[in-house]
Amino acid sequence: MPDMESAPAAPARIAGMDEKILTERREAVSSTRRDVLFDVADLTVSYSDVPALKNVSLEIYKNFVTAFIGPSGCGKSTFIRCFNRMNDLIPTASVDGKILYHGTDLYGNEVDSVEVRKRIGMVFQKPNPFPKSIYDNIAFGPRVLGWKKDLDDRVERALRDAALWDEVKNRLKASAYSLSGGQQQRLCIARCLAVEPDVLLMDEPASALDPISTTAIEDLMHQLKREYTIVIVTHNMQQAARVADMTAFFSVEVDEEKDHRTGILVEYDETPTIFTNPGDKRTEDYVTGRFG
Amino acid sequence: MSAVSSSIGQRPRGDKVRGTLFYILLLISVAVGFILLFTLIVDVVQKGIGYIDPLFFTEPNNPTNPQEAGAKPAILGTIYLMVLLLIFVVPIGVGTAIYLEEYADRERWYNRLLELNIQNLAAVPSIVYGILGLAFLVRGLGLGRVLLAGALILTLLVLPTVIVAAREAIRAVPDSIRQGAFALGATQWQVVSRQVLPAAIPGIATGSILALARAIGETAPLLLVGALTYVTVNPSLFGSFTALPVQIYQWIARPQEEFRYLAAAGIMVLLAILLTMNAFAIWLRNRYQRRW
Repeated sequence: MPDMESAPAAPARIAGMDEKILTERREAVSSTRRDVLFDVADLTVSYSDVPALKNVSLEIYKNFVTAFIGPSGCGKSTFIRCFNRMNDLIPTASVDGKILYHGTDLYGNEVDSVEVRKRIGMVFQKPNPFPKSIYDNIAFGPRVLGWKKDLDDRVERALRDAALWDEVKNRLKASAYSLSGGQQQRLCIARCLAVEPDVLLMDEPASALDPISTTAIEDLMHQLKREYTIVIVTHNMQQAARVADMTAFFSVEVDEEKDHRTGILVEYDETPTIFTNPGDKRTEDYVTGRFG
Repeated sequence: MSAVSSSIGQRPRGDKVRGTLFYILLLISVAVGFILLFTLIVDVVQKGIGYIDPLFFTEPNNPTNPQEAGAKPAILGTIYLMVLLLIFVVPIGVGTAIYLEEYADRERWYNRLLELNIQNLAAVPSIVYGILGLAFLVRGLGLGRVLLAGALILTLLVLPTVIVAAREAIRAVPDSIRQGAFALGATQWQVVSRQVLPAAIPGIATGSILALARAIGETAPLLLVGALTYVTVNPSLFGSFTALPVQIYQWIARPQEEFRYLAAAGIMVLLAILLTMNAFAIWLRNRYQRRW
């Protein structure tokens, strides 16, 4: 076990994070204005009264890319689904604690989950285009919200923002299933953008894609964070290192007696810090690949 | 490893014999069904072909002169029944299926009871529905022995089948599509009406047509609610009526040989209608087969 304090080579451990980039990133992240968008306070999520994620508190900043990393079963997907109340769709799920969004508790009695999802969009792990044309996929959201004016413009803008327009502009009436996996995922991102959300939640958006498509999605995230706040769950640490400003590391606590596995937030900090100078031994082990 | 020689050659003799035997058994099973059906069709066509003439479709039944007897009221009665059945059974069946699949909380005892009942109802003999129709519709509600009563009782008869088919079609729509729609801020109703139902319609249509095909072949419940075997007037909603299977049943019961040939002709027409419906169902299924 090398001494952490005297390990100057540490930054090079993560691919794509050489010293120069790191320094730049560190300066960029720490100099950016931090407006709290989400304030998560003591959040616990349970399925059938078994906690899947326990006592999580953190703040998510506006126009930041925030990544959740951690091993399988650590509750990071469960956590991200709290932000747009997708867990409401699972009858056995229950949420305790608070998520303040612009100061309003998303789980407050007067808040409607449909209203939450209009503002906080989500992209899923597996591309899930609707069995409709490319155009109708994008137009679905605006139509549902009753935005019938200038639909064509809205569709074009969403596709341009998702860097898909040039590839599909001549076949908008074609089935969304005729697109490649990477294109389908960008279509799903465009679909979210069409309803002009505040926040984009991405649950392992590139894990089913090839490296080129993954790069396209990552480039897209850099573009989009100017206008949107992005929260991403990823298995891929290099990805977190490349795209995220802030990173939260989750881990699993195993209760041998009851055979429960509960996710906990171990550490939340600026991405360069998490990957080069983590404050917790478990984070260090995970990002250097020593974890299980 | 002495049982298996290292060189590749013949399979053990016993294996081969068993395999061949099993194959022959399978062929016999297929042959039994096929030959029986084929014989039946050949027999029916031989007897009935001579009676398939314009008169058969334009004349009512003639109890004294089989040469001039036709099946116009019966054919019309069957068509009217089909149309009424479609109008009654599809909305109720699909509505029930949507409730059970998309809205019902399976934890609740009354929903489970409902499901159990529907499954049982699908197995109730059709004569029992006939008795119900006689007691409840014809006498209880005082509808009388009319076409509407026949259509209603056939509705009850095939409702469980339609519900089951529609539920399967709805269940086949992947959850990722619902999630995608919910994540865009769609309400439950919007998700169902704009995504789930359109995607499930081919399956629902196929199932409904097959159920309909079963219903128009039914004789017993119609006899009980008063499909008369001797009707010379065209059917009307609140008038007495007959249907093809009932007419066939009556002709076969007659002592004169010619009426049996007439019955064969009736069977040919009924078979043609059934085959057309089934072919349409298969065409629908292939035409709209989806790859998620």
